[in-house]
Amino acid sequence: MQFHVAIPSPLRSYCNGASGVTIACDAASPTLGDLLAQLESAHPGIRFRMQDEQGKLRPHIQVFVNASVQRNPDAVLPQGADVMIVAALSGG
Amino acid sequence: MARTATKRPAGKRIEAPRRARLLIATRKGLWTLTTDASRRTWKLAGPQFLGHIVHHAMLDPRDGKTLLAAARTGHLGPTVFRSTDNGRTWKEAATPPAFDAGSGRVVDHTFWLTPGHASQPGVWFAGTSPQGLFRSDDGGATWKGVAGFNAHPQRKAWCGGDQDGTPDGPKLHSILIDPRDAAHMYIGMSSGGVFESTDGGADWHPLNAGVRATFLPQPDPEYGHDPHCMRFAGGNPNRLYQQNHCGIYRLDRPHTRWTDIGAGMPKAVGDVGFPMVPHPHDADTLWVFPMDGSDVWPRISPGGKPAAYRSRDGGKTWKRQADGMPKTQTWWTVKRQAMTADRFPAVGVYFGTTSGEVWGSRDEGRAWKCLAAHLPHIYAVEAV
Repeated sequence: MQFHVAIPSPLRSYCNGASGVTIACDAASPTLGDLLAQLESAHPGIRFRMQDEQGKLRPHIQVFVNASVQRNPDAVLPQGADVMIVAALSGG
Repeated sequence: MARTATKRPAGKRIEAPRRARLLIATRKGLWTLTTDASRRTWKLAGPQFLGHIVHHAMLDPRDGKTLLAAARTGHLGPTVFRSTDNGRTWKEAATPPAFDAGSGRVVDHTFWLTPGHASQPGVWFAGTSPQGLFRSDDGGATWKGVAGFNAHPQRKAWCGGDQDGTPDGPKLHSILIDPRDAAHMYIGMSSGGVFESTDGGADWHPLNAGVRATFLPQPDPEYGHDPHCMRFAGGNPNRLYQQNHCGIYRLDRPHTRWTDIGAGMPKAVGDVGFPMVPHPHDADTLWVFPMDGSDVWPRISPGGKPAAYRSRDGGKTWKRQADGMPKTQTWWTVKRQAMTADRFPAVGVYFGTTSGEVWGSRDEGRAWKCLAAHLPHIYAVEAV
């Protein structure tokens, strides 16, 4: 199953500057965690910048799946879902 | 400016370096200042990692070309960048410092970087917020937790909770490796105190006797103190100097009780500050940069009149050094990693402020000059 993943500008250095990438997941019912693992496999280093060592998305990172917020790595992704990673508007 | 005579070990000639470089780690990236042997004019270069919060950048003195920078951004998790060509190109660590999965702990940022012992090329140590100790054996490419500290049964008691740390997170800092013995290490924690290991980090014990901790209910606690910065005395690893939340201290090993050396500071200035800078060639000389620790702890130059204070007798007496600095209405904060000294015979002393200025003296603090201004909030300055 393939997913289109939109990449925010702070993470594009891991994807050769691309604003979006296509990621394939082999699992029968892939989860958000599976997708992030495959994203890491294709673009090493990207996952730790957005997900901490205990598996939680970092506080200022948001993930939308088909336009709905999804922060649970165990959530099963709908087939062909559009996934959008957002570096939330915060900071200074 | 006259060359300054420097007390030094008998018969030891100190060679003047051909150039000096300052690594300036800021809230928005990394800059460098470079100069030749005259140290009269400085050239500013940068930024690198624009937009990254760079807490510390450090050169490996064993090869003179490997640089590490501890970075994160407001949105993204913490990482370490490494260069093996003196900062021309950089690569990110494949596995930055991170606690073990399942430990429940999360590294917010890597705060402190220390190259390992001269006999262990490629070894580096990192201190994090919250308090964690990490080691790399491959020049910073991959990092692993030092289990002897991170999983120590007393670690939680020593460190306390997040509310016991500094306003921007509790930190492990001041990682010192005894130049005579790679297995002999010290660390400082804000909060937690000073700890020592004699077996390469496999086990640790507190080393805080004689240090005040007026924010704790116990009169003389074993741990829980707040060292801000700890350094070896220049040329004498038997001596440690410490700028603490509660005073300035010296420890001469093998003694285990710190001596309060802040009593000689002027009462109106006090003995609170962040940095501690030893003279590299004279174990009795050191600098501090006092800040206001009264009332609600403004953490700025007392009375708006900034100054470094130097002792040449191991902290018995102190001399104010502010020539060239603004005399009034100057509310600087100099953080614990933001003051340093070079290794010239007449030592250069440098500091960076949270308002983005770098100041330096090439005559051991007698006269000061602004070397750079309008930079972002400065976290660390290292002379390399």
